[in-house]
Amino acid sequence: MTAVPATTPAARRWPLRKLLRWWPVALIAVFVVAAIFAPLIAPYDPNSQNLLGRLKPPGTTSRAFHYLLGSDELGRDLFSRIIFGARASLMVAFASVLLSGTFGVAAGMIAGYKRGVAELIIMRIVDVFLSIPAILLAIITVAVLGPSLVNVIVVLALTRWPRYARVAYGQTLAIANMPYVRLSALMGASVFRVLGIHVLPNIIGAISVVATLEFGLMVLFEAGLSFLGLGVQPPTASWGAMLSVGRNYIANAWWVGVFPGLSLFLLVLSVNLTGDKVRDQIDPRAQ
Amino acid sequence: MLHFLLRRCGQALVTILGVATLVFFVQRLTGDPTYLLVPETATKADIDALRHALGFDRPLIVQYLDFLSDLARFDLGQSVVQRVPVATIIASRLPYTLQLAAGALVVAAGLGIPAGVLLAMFRDRWIAKVCAGFVLAAQSMPTFWSGILLIMVFAVHLGWLPPSSTGGFSNLVMPSIALGLLSMATFARITRTALLDELSKDYVRTARSRGVRTMRLLFRHIARNASIPVITVSALEISNLLAGAVIVETVFAWPGLGQVTVQSILARDFLIVQGVVLLGSFVTVMLSLTADILYSIVDPRIRLDAAQ
Repeated sequence: MTAVPATTPAARRWPLRKLLRWWPVALIAVFVVAAIFAPLIAPYDPNSQNLLGRLKPPGTTSRAFHYLLGSDELGRDLFSRIIFGARASLMVAFASVLLSGTFGVAAGMIAGYKRGVAELIIMRIVDVFLSIPAILLAIITVAVLGPSLVNVIVVLALTRWPRYARVAYGQTLAIANMPYVRLSALMGASVFRVLGIHVLPNIIGAISVVATLEFGLMVLFEAGLSFLGLGVQPPTASWGAMLSVGRNYIANAWWVGVFPGLSLFLLVLSVNLTGDKVRDQIDPRAQ
Repeated sequence: MLHFLLRRCGQALVTILGVATLVFFVQRLTGDPTYLLVPETATKADIDALRHALGFDRPLIVQYLDFLSDLARFDLGQSVVQRVPVATIIASRLPYTLQLAAGALVVAAGLGIPAGVLLAMFRDRWIAKVCAGFVLAAQSMPTFWSGILLIMVFAVHLGWLPPSSTGGFSNLVMPSIALGLLSMATFARITRTALLDELSKDYVRTARSRGVRTMRLLFRHIARNASIPVITVSALEISNLLAGAVIVETVFAWPGLGQVTVQSILARDFLIVQGVVLLGSFVTVMLSLTADILYSIVDPRIRLDAAQ
C-alpha cells in the first residue's frame, strides 16, 4: 500500500466520506441510547394494554394511543415495545460478552503461558464445549435453570467462553516466548503481572474482533431463546418474543412480525459491519 | 498414518466422554433432576416414587457410571411422558431434520460458493461490493425473521408455497432457504479466501502469462486446490445446520428433531432433550474427525504437523 499525499482531491473529500462509512457505529449508538433512555423516548408504557385497539396497523389512533408502528395482540404500542426490547437485547449481549470474554481470555492465557497440565486440561475442556452445538447447550441449560433474563446471561457466558479461550491461547503461545516476556518472568514478575502487563495488551486486538462478532451472535441467541419461550419472560418486551407472537399473525397483522425483526436485523448487521471494521483496523492484511 | 488415525480417534473418544459428562452435570445444576421431569401439580409421593424409579436417589457416582454404561450401549433411556424409548422417538424425527439440513446445505453452498468466487475474481469492482453486502445481510438475518418474511411473501401474499408443515418438495423450499442463508456467508468467505490464496501463487501467474483464459484457469487449475478448505468447512457447517434447525423447525412447524426438542422442554420430557443434545454433539465430533482424516489424506503435511 502506498501513502497518498494529503493534497490530492481524493484526500480533501476524505473526512466526510470517512464519517459516512461509520454509519454502523452510529446506528449502534442509536440503539444504545434508545435502550438507556427507553422510558424517556418511548411514547407509551410498553406494557399498557388497549384491548379495543388490538392489532391496529401502523399510523392508527385508538383511544389515547397513536400507534406509529401499529399495535400488538393486546393493543400495546409496538414502537414503545421495540424501544424497550432493545434493553433486553443489549443488556444480555453486553453482560454475556463481558462475562464469557473475561473468563475465556483468562483461561486461554493461562493455558498458553503455563503450558503442561493446565494447557492439557483447559484446552480439552474447550474442545468439549465447542463440540456441543452452542444453541443446544444453551437450550438444555436454560431448561434446567428456568428461563429468566439473568439465567440467559449466565447460560450464554457458560456456552461461549471457549471461543475466547481458543483465540487467547493461540495468541499467548506466540507471545509467551518473546525475549521481553521471558526476561520479565526471569526477573521475578508474577504470572498475573506477566499476563496482565505483557501478554494481554498484545492480544487484546484479536480478542476485540472476536468480542464484536460474538456480540452480534449473542443478540441473535437472546432473541432465539426468547422466540422459543426460553428467554426473557412476558410481559417484558423482547424482540425474539415479539417475533414469536408475530408468527401467529402473519396473515392479518404483518407489522407485528416485521418491525421487531427489522430492529434485530439492523442491530446485528451494524455490529457485524463494525466487527469487520475493527478487524481491518487491527489487521489490514485481512481486507 | 496409522499413528495419526489412532491419536485422532482417541481424542474424539475423550471429547465424547467429556460431552456426556458435561450434559450429565448440567442437568444436576439445580440439585435434583427429578424436578425437571414432573409436572408442577405432582405430589411429594409422586416425586419420591419417580426419583426412586429413575435411580436419582442413588449416589452421584453410581448414577454417572450407570449413565455412561447406558450410553455405551446407545441406550438413551425412556421418555417419561410418552413411555417410548428416546432412541425410537429420535429415529422417527431424524429423517425430517436431515432433509431440512440437506436442503439448507444446497442453498448455502449453491449461493455461497458462487458468491465467494465473485468476491475473489472481481475484487474492488461494484459487483463484488453488492455481493459482499448481500452476504453480510444474509449473515445478520435471524432465521426466525427470514422465515416469517418468506411465509409472508410466498405463502400469504403470492400463495406459491405452503406456509408450514411437511408434504412434498414445495414444503421444503422455504425452511431450506431460511436455514441456508445463514450458512451461506461461511461458504462465501472461505471460498473467497481459498481462491485469493491460490490466485497469488506462482503457477497461476505462469498459466496466465502463457495465455490460459480466466475461466479455464479457474475450473482446471484453481478449483481443485481451492476445494480442500471448502470441503472441510462444509463438513463442519453441517453440524451448525443441524443446530440451527431447532429454531427454523419451530417457525415452519417442521416435525424434526428441533421441534421435538422444544416440545419436550415444554412437556418436561427431559430425556429427549438430553438425547438430542448428545446426538448433536456426537455428530459434530464425528464430522470434525472425518474432516481431519480426509484432509490428512489429501494433504500429508498435516499428519506430519500433528505427529510433532
